[in-house]
Amino acid sequence: MRLRVWLLTFVVVVANVGGNAILGYAMKQAPVEAGVIGSILQPLAMVGIAVLIAWMLLRMRLLGLADLSFVVPVTAVGYVLSALAGVFWLHESVPLRGWIGTVIIMAGATLTGLTEHNPDSENRPVEVLAHSGEDRPR
Amino acid sequence: MKWLYLAGIVGGTVCSDLLQSHGMRQGNGRAWKLPLAVGFMAVSFFSFTQLLRIAPLSFAVPASAASIAFDTVLAGFILKERIEFRRWAGAILVAGGVILLAQ
Repeated sequence: MRLRVWLLTFVVVVANVGGNAILGYAMKQAPVEAGVIGSILQPLAMVGIAVLIAWMLLRMRLLGLADLSFVVPVTAVGYVLSALAGVFWLHESVPLRGWIGTVIIMAGATLTGLTEHNPDSENRPVEVLAHSGEDRPR
Repeated sequence: MKWLYLAGIVGGTVCSDLLQSHGMRQGNGRAWKLPLAVGFMAVSFFSFTQLLRIAPLSFAVPASAASIAFDTVLAGFILKERIEFRRWAGAILVAGGVILLAQ
């Protein structure tokens, strides 16, 4: 696989985990009296939101360069890495059951995502295909 | 309260996904479905930020994946998609993982 794809993959994973971790840290620092809007208007929270927006855009770019079957497991790894970020950066404690649950979620998300290769064909409802004027699936 | 926020994340994401999917495929109704989908996405995001205030990151991020399980079930029932076995298996795994996290 091309170096460019691997580099972009690395940046996508870091942006996902980093954005979640920064936002998580910032929201914990928000004063109790800050409302919903006030809490996300803190500078650090806005940095986290900006990183998550960048993650979304970079992931879209990655989807244009690599197969969905490659990108989906990469995204699902974010569940485990976010939990690790919580433990090592935010000093959270995760019981063994929590780790098992997180790994099962990652596996399930990967399995679900890997079946979505061809959304334009057989999974489209017939009435939708008829409405859009496209050919029926062959 | 954290379950209320998690319900906001999952409910907002699922409603947004269903509206986007239906809106993008069907020209009729796109004008109102897509803006409504963005509204639900906002509900999901605000719920996520508020959940992060009271719950650990190691819970909030994996638990939000519950939307995958609901998306799969409702795609079958509402969008009339054919759900293959592997997708059901994946959704069941996600649901099982979230239940483990919840205990």
